[in-house]
Amino acid sequence: MAKTESTFKNMVLSLTLISLGAAACLGFVYQMTKVPIELSVLNKKLSAIKLVVPEFTNNPNDEMYRLATGEGDSLEIYPAKKDGEIVGYAVNTYTNKGFSGNINLMAGFRPDGTIINISVLEQKETPGLGTKMTEPKFKDQFNGKNPSGFFLKVKKDGGQVDAITAATISSRAFCDAIQRAYNTLQKGGLK
Amino acid sequence: MNQITNFTKGFLKENPILVLVLGTCPTLATTSSSLNGMGMGIATTFVLIGSNGVISLLSNVIPDKVRIPAFVVIIASFVTVVDLLMQAYVPGLYEKLGIFIPLIVVNCIVLGRAEAFACKNTVLSSLIDGAGMGLGFTMALGILGAFREIIGSGSILGYKFIQGDGILLFILAPGAFWALGYLIALINKLRRT
Repeated sequence: MAKTESTFKNMVLSLTLISLGAAACLGFVYQMTKVPIELSVLNKKLSAIKLVVPEFTNNPNDEMYRLATGEGDSLEIYPAKKDGEIVGYAVNTYTNKGFSGNINLMAGFRPDGTIINISVLEQKETPGLGTKMTEPKFKDQFNGKNPSGFFLKVKKDGGQVDAITAATISSRAFCDAIQRAYNTLQKGGLK
Repeated sequence: MNQITNFTKGFLKENPILVLVLGTCPTLATTSSSLNGMGMGIATTFVLIGSNGVISLLSNVIPDKVRIPAFVVIIASFVTVVDLLMQAYVPGLYEKLGIFIPLIVVNCIVLGRAEAFACKNTVLSSLIDGAGMGLGFTMALGILGAFREIIGSGSILGYKFIQGDGILLFILAPGAFWALGYLIALINKLRRT
């Protein structure tokens, strides 16, 4: 087959056809992957919720609601219920005070405000330093503490939290995110 | 041209990373562990095989003056397909590689092979060239990732074999340059002897 000449008509025609073909393929793949992608996002969220609240029988994702933080935005609250009774709240909280980028946490609270467990959803801290926030040694020190009596600041700032060595900024940011979750829940009125 | 040479040249003689030094941006950024590196390599291989095949199939139909936009549309479509598939079926790896998957669109290896090889050769040769180049890229990323993982975090393929941390510098960006530099020097030495 001879090479197509670079005339205006040929150029427009070939680019249009290639774009149409590409669009058709992409539409097909998008349809095919739409459900699996939604499922994997949902599963990830549910497994994070399971990690931070006691056993529940409802679907926290369906009962999700948003509470305003008082700083111009809102946090997602997932109530965990067992046989109709609330056993805990999973709060998707964040901070923008991290060393690099936002830090996203899922924090679980008992109805009285005590922290149950915390799971790190997303962080981009320095490898080997700030990333240690995902390790039990740091994050498990919050478990079972109630922020009403547990001062959520690193010891250097007069609080009660043991900071990660050489990662004070990341530790502060972590506390900031937990404090935000706690304040929001308190303001929204723990039920 | 011999099909076996078409395949094997990607591994050593014309290895995209170690000899041609193309596509170093994803190389430096995604090789903090060998699994991440290989995941990136395999995603790129898929795009390379697909784009090489389609471009060589259409090379006579695409007028010369608009060949680059046409190539980019084809490559971008394959990248989006990979992006969606990874998001759906390997969400863990997708999260780690993140922004670097869409960036395969502008990876010079892919456009480079389209321009230098696929549009002048048969479909079969182009497919084989894409596979060879892609696997060579995967191999280079795997080796570089393993090197940085062993020295930087004292683990291999995610299994830790020392207590505590390694030399953290090798996990960070400067370590990537160093490790790549050493690897290229080693390959150059091997090729000359």
